[in-house]
Amino acid sequence: MGKVVGLMGDEAVAQAVRQSNVDVIAAYPITPQTIIVERLSEYVANGELDAAFVPVESEHSALSCCVGASLTGARVFTASAANGIALMFEITFIASSMRCPIVMAIVNRAFSAPINIHCSHDDTVALRDASWVHLISESVQEAYDNTVQAFKIAEDPRVLLPTSISLDGFILSHCLERIEMLDDEVVSEFLPPRKAEYKLDPEKPITFGPLALYDYYFEFKRQQEEAMRNALTVVKEVAKKYEEISGRKYGTIKKFMTDDADVVLVCMGSAAGTARVVAKSLRKEGKKVGVLSVRLFRPFPTEDVRETLENAKAVAVIDRSSAPGCVGGPLFEDICTALYDLPERPLTYNIIAGLGGRDITPDQIKQMYNIGFKYIEKGKVEDKVLWIGVR
Amino acid sequence: MLKGWKEIPIGGMILEPGNSVNFKTGDWRAMKPVIDKSKCVKCLMCWTLCPEPAIIRHDDNSVDINYDFCKGCGICAKICPRKAITMVPEGGE
Amino acid sequence: MLFEVRWHGRGGQGVVTASDLLARAAIIEGKYAQHFPEFGPERMGAPIRAFTRISDKPIELHTGVYEPEMVVVIDPTLLIKTEMILQGMREDRPLVVNAKTPPQTLVDRCKEKNIKLYVVDAYTIAIEVLKRPFYNTPMLGAAVKVSGLVKLDSVLKAAELRFSGDILKKNIEVIKKGFNEVKEYA
Repeated sequence: MGKVVGLMGDEAVAQAVRQSNVDVIAAYPITPQTIIVERLSEYVANGELDAAFVPVESEHSALSCCVGASLTGARVFTASAANGIALMFEITFIASSMRCPIVMAIVNRAFSAPINIHCSHDDTVALRDASWVHLISESVQEAYDNTVQAFKIAEDPRVLLPTSISLDGFILSHCLERIEMLDDEVVSEFLPPRKAEYKLDPEKPITFGPLALYDYYFEFKRQQEEAMRNALTVVKEVAKKYEEISGRKYGTIKKFMTDDADVVLVCMGSAAGTARVVAKSLRKEGKKVGVLSVRLFRPFPTEDVRETLENAKAVAVIDRSSAPGCVGGPLFEDICTALYDLPERPLTYNIIAGLGGRDITPDQIKQMYNIGFKYIEKGKVEDKVLWIGVR
Repeated sequence: MLKGWKEIPIGGMILEPGNSVNFKTGDWRAMKPVIDKSKCVKCLMCWTLCPEPAIIRHDDNSVDINYDFCKGCGICAKICPRKAITMVPEGGE
Repeated sequence: MLFEVRWHGRGGQGVVTASDLLARAAIIEGKYAQHFPEFGPERMGAPIRAFTRISDKPIELHTGVYEPEMVVVIDPTLLIKTEMILQGMREDRPLVVNAKTPPQTLVDRCKEKNIKLYVVDAYTIAIEVLKRPFYNTPMLGAAVKVSGLVKLDSVLKAAELRFSGDILKKNIEVIKKGFNEVKEYA
């Protein structure tokens, strides 16, 4: 079943997109996403992928083109990062509001300035309220697997929302890892051609994107909220179907030694693997620690998070992006909200780490856990938001 | 009666094509065009240039105005080479 | 068992390719591997590093390499930067360098730190076979021999994924030469 290959994160995403039989790709290159688009343009040019590749003049145009293509009933893909995402911001809301099941790879990169091409989660978290389903990858294998699943989630009639898959810039995008690719036919069977119930069709004209003021706008937003709630179920269903063809398990979150953990570290992306390695070694020292990593950033899996963390004594949340002036980072706020209704809440603290590609090291993670044990001993949180790894 | 979110198509889609004819958009004119058919030479300039289009063209190329959709812009009156169309204030008659 | 390699060289010398091929060779053998270059100033001639991780089990770590099991220096002009090369190296670990005779300061520091110094004259190998100073593939051969991480055959298979025709033939030759000619510096 499948074949074992060495691929960089970007290459793995491109392969998954090729196998997913997309119809239209419109993108503008930006580091560290470039390789995805380069590979896809090669596949199209070589005839390995029968799709329209539309080179555009900006990310704003890229996503606009995707919206138009998606409305014709096509399966559509784009990819971007950081400033590219910022430029397409306007259209991200239009894509979701017009219910276009576009799939976009976000290769996480820090927002300028200063100019930086390395990993922060700025771009993904900037889209947290854009009514997109956001899947986060922890390894090259997950970037591949998430891409294939993203199309199925997005195109489900109960969802019909754009879906992003995030992978950490350079740390995953330019890291070669061993992955298992599915056979082309297996993916084709998992993802038959998209069947759009409503589409732009000259034979059967309908109208997309009209005006809706205070008479109807509100109702359309309520529909999107419903689609997001449905997505929570659909993500789990798709994961189950994907397990049948791949043998790999996915959920909304990933739990590691959380059952009896005193201190649980919560994070997203490539740092999760490092955290698990550290947690394992701390367990050998008798320290009860665990890791909860979030795979589904939106819709936020509140129940799953609450159930996992309710017995912890302290919860540390890593945000790989800063939110100046907020209570804490975006993931921290979600976690705190999820825990708020518990009769007895764990102590919570936020860690801002790894900005602009700064390495999140095993030593830093040990430090994050140790702070938790110190807070438990004192019975209170001293610093709510800590910046670790900054000089 | 306005409908609830479960009763309407998603994403603001309008599934019925050409339903704009159901909405008479000609009720807010200040001035309306009136044709003096004795001056009309059936050149069809008004029919060509009406932005709505609210000029009704008959088989013999004579024209009438569809007041359900005419918004009173006055282009027809301006363009008519025989000055067969005049703009008169609404609500007069 | 997790094995981490750090490669030193300069932009344009194929440092990244050497690390990439080592990782692919491990994957060909059914092992798990990671390869990642350090992305800094991307210009020809700038000192750059690349890293390879190899393990029998899936690799979860996504962090830099701080205490490499082996260091390979592809560019001879970097050998005077002793502390940079030896950074994080623990006792008994091998350092593989491209030199006929390594600088005395490096030899002395290796003795002090109890690091095993291996040399191979990649310059001569490259000029003889490739007619150009490409040191990466002979150094890859040397690194494979010293570490015993993967079989020579697997590296040659990995090279086939990367090169073809005459270039492949020549690179196979220099990998083998690097493999056969590397020796501990006494």
